[in-house]
Amino acid sequence: MLDRAAIGRVLPPVTATVERGRLRFFLNAIGETNPIHHDAAAARAAGYRDCPIPPTYLFCLRMLDAPDPYTLIDDLGIDLGTVLHGEQGFTYHQPVVAGDEIRFIARIADIFDRKGGALEFLVEEIRVERVSDGAHMADIRQVTVIRNPIPGGAA
Amino acid sequence: MTADAIHVTVEMPPITRTQLALYGGASGDHNPIHIDIDFAKKAGFPDVFAHGMLVMGLAGRVVTQAVPLARLKSYAVRFAAITQVHDRLTVEAREVGTVEGGTDRRLEVIVRDQNGQVKVQGEAVMSAD
Repeated sequence: MLDRAAIGRVLPPVTATVERGRLRFFLNAIGETNPIHHDAAAARAAGYRDCPIPPTYLFCLRMLDAPDPYTLIDDLGIDLGTVLHGEQGFTYHQPVVAGDEIRFIARIADIFDRKGGALEFLVEEIRVERVSDGAHMADIRQVTVIRNPIPGGAA
Repeated sequence: MTADAIHVTVEMPPITRTQLALYGGASGDHNPIHIDIDFAKKAGFPDVFAHGMLVMGLAGRVVTQAVPLARLKSYAVRFAAITQVHDRLTVEAREVGTVEGGTDRRLEVIVRDQNGQVKVQGEAVMSAD
């Protein structure tokens, strides 16, 4: 079982840069062809400062530039093979575009369990801000599910 | 509901192992459960399976075809079931009304496989104009 004392813990910030080439790999992986994501001129014509990132890429930027994206999983003593993604949410305040440097400040908002501890839920809330001026770009909420091999448990 | 209420359904090509590898690299999500069949089997799964965020990303592509990105205010999903290699996903985004007490428009987003099983269910909120 996860240590409930971790609730409220603020994690070390992660800083990430939206690199054009890396963004292109992501766009190709999901089959996104809209020119505003690929071509800076098309993006500017549509009113953006530069190519905006797709709606889910904030999640990836944090993983791409974290020194080790599984630090929290390791710190909490979780076996990566037991982890599933439960929920993911983004609230957008301003478009993040190619060239932006952004910072992720994550906090463990909750830890709870269901089915007699067979399933545990780790809830993180993450503020996304632009490094250059501290502008609040987005908020992220994510729930990780841990399948605990508990005797008599439902999992 | 207005006459131009959004309702789109998009069929995706089957999920491939190559796609999982490319997505893993491009997303920074290198969890071997999506890439390494030995690891997946050891963890009790029959095979590697798709990143939930790949499915959310594919569905997001449909959302931003229907809604200009600049008007997208939020996008949140629950992962209801694992998406297997070779699954053929269909994304449905359907306008379901406005946010209570405001003019922001709500889109229900559902991803199903070839058997109709719901993989991802969520909601996107867009500004009225």
